[in-house]
Amino acid sequence: MSLRLQAQSLACERDDRWLFRDLDLDIRAGEIVRVEGPNGSGKTTLLKILSGQLADYEGELFWSERPMREARESFLANLLYLGHAPGVKAALTPLENLAWYQALSGEKPGEAARFRALEEVGLVGFEDVPAGQLSAGQQRRVALARLTLTPRALWVLDEPFTAIDRDGVAALERRLVEHARSGGCVLVTTHHELTPCAELRRIRLGGGGADDGI
Amino acid sequence: MTASENSLAKAAAALREEPGDGLAVAVWATLKRDLVLMLRRRSEVLNPLVFFALVITLFPIGISPDPALLAAIAPGLLWVAALLAALLSLDSLFRADYDDGSLEQLLLTPQPLALLALAKVAVHWLLTGLPLALMAPVLGIMLSLPAGSYVVLAISLALGSASLSLIGAIGAALTVGLSRGGVLLSLLVLPLYIPVLIFGAGAVQAAILGDGVLAHLAILGALLALALSLAPLAIAASLRISING
Repeated sequence: MSLRLQAQSLACERDDRWLFRDLDLDIRAGEIVRVEGPNGSGKTTLLKILSGQLADYEGELFWSERPMREARESFLANLLYLGHAPGVKAALTPLENLAWYQALSGEKPGEAARFRALEEVGLVGFEDVPAGQLSAGQQRRVALARLTLTPRALWVLDEPFTAIDRDGVAALERRLVEHARSGGCVLVTTHHELTPCAELRRIRLGGGGADDGI
Repeated sequence: MTASENSLAKAAAALREEPGDGLAVAVWATLKRDLVLMLRRRSEVLNPLVFFALVITLFPIGISPDPALLAAIAPGLLWVAALLAALLSLDSLFRADYDDGSLEQLLLTPQPLALLALAKVAVHWLLTGLPLALMAPVLGIMLSLPAGSYVVLAISLALGSASLSLIGAIGAALTVGLSRGGVLLSLLVLPLYIPVLIFGAGAVQAAILGDGVLAHLAILGALLALALSLAPLAIAASLRISING
């Protein structure tokens, strides 16, 4: 079994308007796929469809060459999705937030791993401050700590660079490339210009269709 | 590529066949997280309890302090007030999780959603239904509820409110995507609350009259068993529908 996410003639209609039509995707291990397009072009919708959250679409999805319906369990066990909303509880501290995610994902519970994940995103010293008192960028970093905390092959990231400072952006970009090089796969939407590299591929949405590799 | 990089590649590319067997860990963590969250937002926990106490306090003032009259209406009154108090707190059951994105994450875990949702409902009952059941006998004194029915009142409320939490959570899950789902939620779940109300108030009435308490409590237990086995699946399906919208 190998990491491969495919979509065949994917189409989605919203409010009598086609967000995209006849979209064919083939995402394999070692790739960073950037979905781009203007606001409202359906980037988030596409990511939600590809991560199995929206069922309101036409076309077929395949995970590791099996139809998504049959392979859903194995797909979810390999997926790490970070949405628009960071999914961080304001009343809980970063450590408590991560503890829940760690338990949900079936990782061995351990405070050392959580500390390491927070260290990776530069939140040492804030681990016991309620997340509500952290800045927007720091809350985003708590969510990003899950990239280290729960190792997953497929990352689906919706605007992960929002509110992150310049050093953080560079570190996160390095992290994405590292993940792709180590055999993982990243699907990302962002308005931030990613540094071109061999692993990067683009999908452009908007204008009713999609062209691969502009 | 060096050797160490190679091994790293293997580690990341190794796909997981099946989700780990961490179901108990995940359910326990969800239970613990929700308890901590609710205890840090104490006003939300206290709201239904204060509402319950206020309604019961105002009734003798509004109707009449006549003990005979109050004793006659006390079982129904206590049950209706507790039911409405539980209903009040339902809207927020999944709301906060929906707003901050944790609900999407909950839906994307490989663990069965029904059991994780059940953990959330259990917390709701622990912090709403159970305190209401423990408070009711004290408020019963104010309504000159006849002695001997206090224990039955508390037991019937404890059993009944668990069913109320489970049924109500289906409504809360269905309306979580709507910005003003409160009224719709009440309309959805109130008809389903009626059997619980009838047998709950009936149990207390029976205790006062001195017959057939066990039959009423048995039916409440049966309703709870039914809700416990079916509601989690309905809650999970409702949450999927809400997130899809």
